Amino acid sequence: MSQAATIVRSTPASRIAGLIALAVLAGIAAAPLWASSADLRLITEILFYLALASMWNLLAGYAGLISVGQHAYVGLGGYLMFSCVLFLGMNPLWSIPVAGLAGAALSVPVAWLVFRLKGPYFAIGTWVVAEVFRLSAAQMASVGGGSGLSIPVSVMRDLGSKDQRETLIYLTAFVLCVGAIALVYLLLRSRVGLALTAIRDNEIASSSLGVRIGRIKLFVYVAAASVTTMIGTLIFITKLRISPDAAFSVNDWTVFVIFIVVIGGIGTIEGPILGTLLYFLLREFLADLGAIYLMILGALAIVIMLAAPKGLWGLVVQRFDFSIFPVGYRVRRK
Amino acid sequence: MEWINVIVQGVLIGGLYALFAAGLSLIFGVMRLVNIAHGDFIVGAAYLAMVVIQATGLHPLASLFLVVPAMAAIGYAIQLGLLNRVLGNDILPPLIVTFGLSIILQNLLLTGFSADSRKLNAGALETQSLAVLPGVDVGYLPLLTFVAAVALIAGLQYLFYHTAMGRAFRATSDDGEIAQIMGLDNRRVFAWAMSLSMSVVAIAGVFLAIRANFDPFMGPSRLIFGFEAVIIGGLGNLWGTLAGGVILGVAQGLGAQIDPGWQLLAGHIAFLVILAVKPRGLFPRID
Repeated sequence: MSQAATIVRSTPASRIAGLIALAVLAGIAAAPLWASSADLRLITEILFYLALASMWNLLAGYAGLISVGQHAYVGLGGYLMFSCVLFLGMNPLWSIPVAGLAGAALSVPVAWLVFRLKGPYFAIGTWVVAEVFRLSAAQMASVGGGSGLSIPVSVMRDLGSKDQRETLIYLTAFVLCVGAIALVYLLLRSRVGLALTAIRDNEIASSSLGVRIGRIKLFVYVAAASVTTMIGTLIFITKLRISPDAAFSVNDWTVFVIFIVVIGGIGTIEGPILGTLLYFLLREFLADLGAIYLMILGALAIVIMLAAPKGLWGLVVQRFDFSIFPVGYRVRRK
Repeated sequence: MEWINVIVQGVLIGGLYALFAAGLSLIFGVMRLVNIAHGDFIVGAAYLAMVVIQATGLHPLASLFLVVPAMAAIGYAIQLGLLNRVLGNDILPPLIVTFGLSIILQNLLLTGFSADSRKLNAGALETQSLAVLPGVDVGYLPLLTFVAAVALIAGLQYLFYHTAMGRAFRATSDDGEIAQIMGLDNRRVFAWAMSLSMSVVAIAGVFLAIRANFDPFMGPSRLIFGFEAVIIGGLGNLWGTLAGGVILGVAQGLGAQIDPGWQLLAGHIAFLVILAVKPRGLFPRID
């Protein structure tokens, strides 16, 4: 008899890494206790980008939906928050779940339209939709038209003192970001993840085995849109001011996010984390260079595509066969 | 009469959009590549023409004799040196690489020429017009742009269906592997297709630069106009692309007539409506 084998998901190394990751996570959650006000703001921004990157990675890396129009949902979230606060008198933080629902609801007809475009044309189609959102926002006089508007000071005062406010916003960002990554992780370990893997490996074969490709892709698109809208809401709570160009900025909310995922490693959960840290590190040192910094980012993305299409985390996996978030299966001898 | 004028001007602008679209459509047809930097190359060609004109004092249209070969050479080099390496079954790498090129080009132009908007001066060509109907005047420049678009598309159509190079393009597009067995070098064929696309880009860039102001960041919206014209007209149909450009131009004109803020929005909405009712475009190629 041949030796019996078992099928496992995690390895000892990944379990240890997982425990270390949990410890780091607890440290980050406690940031309001140890970080200065400026550092707290920086970490909040890092969390925003990490959440956006994880959502884009879910779309492009796992579902093959290469969208270059996710800034549509970031801006939508921002404008929904302003509308909830100004017209309904809501607490800005309570507008986040509202935005999540509205983003999901609006993404269904958008998907119905852009899913008609295949492959690379899908990408530009999503961009057109984002342009329509931006131009529409600029036409709405009630939210400031082309010049935008600010949150009244009194609304922010209701959230407490400056310290309380920053802590509250930070913790919300933390929950959103961890929630976004957990969503990707749990989704990939579920039946949806199995279906996505099958679609990625062979679309026609998976379809003939009964995977409902259209529905799975729609589900992922709507989920990513909903979370992205919620992140957008929180981003503009921290910015206090909104205008169509800032809310629907392709550079800020799509280009940088794509570069983060591609450089870190597309199609892995760890990739966006690594990419985000690297992006902020580069930004701290090179942002003063302005245009040259952006050229460096663009060149870096091109080099990664030529030399290591799976990104920096892909190199780690290839070299050490290691993952912090085990979503696949391994065969082990007993 | 006012509305007829709006429609006539929209049709003529459609010629410019068809010029934006033709290069995009060509490389997609041959190698299934969507060049995200297409609009930025159009703007780059406009700056190149500006530099040529400043150095030589040529008329903008005469500068095409230098700008077209230069852009064609750049296209050939980029295809051989960069894009051929990332073409494959996965559509992500070429998309990201051209996205990276787009960001690099925008910031290169910003560094070299500042964010000020520029314009090429074509002298009398810009101001003279032809009165076709009372209240409807057709400018020489828009007319020339439209005629150039029609001539270019006719030329591309001829090249595709009546020349050896066109046969190579169609063969590679239909089945790259078989084409290679038959002795075609796909990498060279792709490079020729890209240099042809970039020649069209050069023409589009110069006409754009004579018609209106340009700055380093207007590339992406030119890409979007071109893309919309391609999808409205139907993939793979060059005359359809011209029709798509015309529909986009007329929609924008009508939108602007209602409210200046609606110009771009009306064009995008026309595109989305056509996508909703005729997903394969108005004139899909029969396969």
